[in-house]
Amino acid sequence: MASVVGIFSHSSVSVPVKDKKLLEVKLGELPSWILMRDFSPSGIFGAFQRGYYRYYNKYINVKKGSISGITMVLACYVLFSYSFSYKHLKHERLRKYH
Amino acid sequence: MNENLFASFIAPTILGLPAAVLIILLPPLLIPTSKYLINNRLITTQQWLIKLTSKQMMTMHNTKGRTWSLMLVSLIIFIATTNLLGLLPYSFTPTTQLSMNLAMAIPLWAGAVIMGFRSKIKNALAHFLPQGTPTPLIPMLVIIETISLLIQPMALAVRLTANITAGHLLMHLIGSATLAMSTINLPSTLIIFTILILLTILEIAVALIQAYVFTLLVSLYLHDNT
Repeated sequence: MASVVGIFSHSSVSVPVKDKKLLEVKLGELPSWILMRDFSPSGIFGAFQRGYYRYYNKYINVKKGSISGITMVLACYVLFSYSFSYKHLKHERLRKYH
Repeated sequence: MNENLFASFIAPTILGLPAAVLIILLPPLLIPTSKYLINNRLITTQQWLIKLTSKQMMTMHNTKGRTWSLMLVSLIIFIATTNLLGLLPYSFTPTTQLSMNLAMAIPLWAGAVIMGFRSKIKNALAHFLPQGTPTPLIPMLVIIETISLLIQPMALAVRLTANITAGHLLMHLIGSATLAMSTINLPSTLIIFTILILLTILEIAVALIQAYVFTLLVSLYLHDNT
């Protein structure tokens, strides 16, 4: 699926735009790439599933998985919860009188 | 500060939809399953822990009671992971909501009691009167025992809610006290910081213990009724 990129790459590579991964799409092709992705519910679910298994196989499903596999998930959870409660926390900035 | 103190207990919503459902669905993602007999290190430790707790809990039941083992083991794992995840900063703990704890406690208690009344009705009714009470006291004691039976699900739910909520609130308060004192008086800041560390250790213990107590009591009700 990866396109072979030489030093002088140009747009006549043999992979169709739809199947390329995001990092291999050139900048001019980006709008057409976004429009061609599958945004149906099953498509979105498939994207989540692929992302989950990519993380799982890389960090957890190895013979000697370390604690950093879970810690990264928890750190993301903390950041996610922070962004959720930002609206309430805005009032707690450092001021002289609350 | 009054508004901020309880703001962390509000159920989060995305455009009015309850995002609490998504947060409740997070703990199962942290416990992977596997189709192999010999797994990697993480899955093996988790399976070993689950086996330890399930053996510890289910030895006191007879065959009929052990049909509940899946329910009780998943209950203790759910409550323990949810409470422990709630100790992370800025996270939302679903077990602080009374609605969720009532939804967990009432069906389990009702299931155990109704099972007892259906199968062994004499034994189930015999719980209402302890042995050897003097005869004049019997009517009053039956009423008291009935009330104590009917209050069991409420006690289960409120116990879990109150413990977790109180622990979170206390940590909030002492944390903000530490921050406030840091500009005024440094030695007292260190004292308050030590208290905060001790409280955090206590909270970790409370998270686990509450899960254990909840499940133990449900299994006790089960034992009475099978």
